Amino acid sequence: MQALEKQLISQFQKLSDISLTPYQAIANELSVTESDIINALQQLTDNNILSRFGPVFNHCAAGASTLAALAVSTDELDTVAKKVNQYPEVNHNYAREHYYNLWFVLTAHDQDHLTQVINKITKDIGLSPLILPMEEAFYIDLAFPINWDS
Amino acid sequence: MIPAINDQLTLNQQERLKAFLEQGLPLEHRPFKTLAKQLQTTEQALLDVVQQWQQQGLIRRFGLVIRHHALGYHANAMVVWDINDEYVQQVGAKLANEPVITLCYQRKRQRPEWPYNLFCMIHGKEKQQVCNEIKQIIARHQLQKIPYEILFSNKVYKQRGGRYSLRKS
Repeated sequence: MQALEKQLISQFQKLSDISLTPYQAIANELSVTESDIINALQQLTDNNILSRFGPVFNHCAAGASTLAALAVSTDELDTVAKKVNQYPEVNHNYAREHYYNLWFVLTAHDQDHLTQVINKITKDIGLSPLILPMEEAFYIDLAFPINWDS
Repeated sequence: MIPAINDQLTLNQQERLKAFLEQGLPLEHRPFKTLAKQLQTTEQALLDVVQQWQQQGLIRRFGLVIRHHALGYHANAMVVWDINDEYVQQVGAKLANEPVITLCYQRKRQRPEWPYNLFCMIHGKEKQQVCNEIKQIIARHQLQKIPYEILFSNKVYKQRGGRYSLRKS
């Protein structure tokens, strides 16, 4: 990875100020051109490292969300995961080493819609997920510290 | 569900702004411009709302959102604990200060299948290193008697930002 790309990841996961020209602002701070910044972000996107440049919303304030988990037989895991992925309300979906081996996060505008989707998924795959909504966040996604050396 | 109403944009305009932002800003000189046209408002009005949302905490952070797997962070552990409800806040607040813990939440238990109420995420490059860090955390906070489990992820099926704009059709 280029030095500029690493620098962007290290320093700009949380901007102190957003302006109408955010890429120019970053460029000024790093003494490079705006196109250098845009090109570097495009490169990170193409390499699948950058998910997006934008906001991380507060899950509790922004709408309804929950974590859900399923215990799926190993040979059906990929198929079930694909089915779950088809719902736009699902934004994270991971296989984990446990009896409950499929873990996904659902978000929506409101609780009614969320419940409706959970019911649909349950019916669709014939398995009832654990529903584990958040009660309190002690620490959430402020930025991800990257250790470049190890 | 937006908590404070911003009087510069209608609720509908705010929802559309949110839906737009959830996909990330376009990588161009004036990223708010196209949307301002579509919403028949000014770039400045959109920016004002974004800044207000940031101040209110509706937006937690704004910037590069990274896929850690692509950077070699393959050992992603979810550690779950069954902590007496009386102490869960206290322990959660302490664990949140551990630098290796990137997320720390209290969640509803679903007994009898799921007794755990505190969830922590630890991302590392090697499993063994993550396990050692968990051992150290247990020792530092005297959690030796608390039941817990470590769930490493072994496949990412989907990883992107939430879509809060989705409503019942």
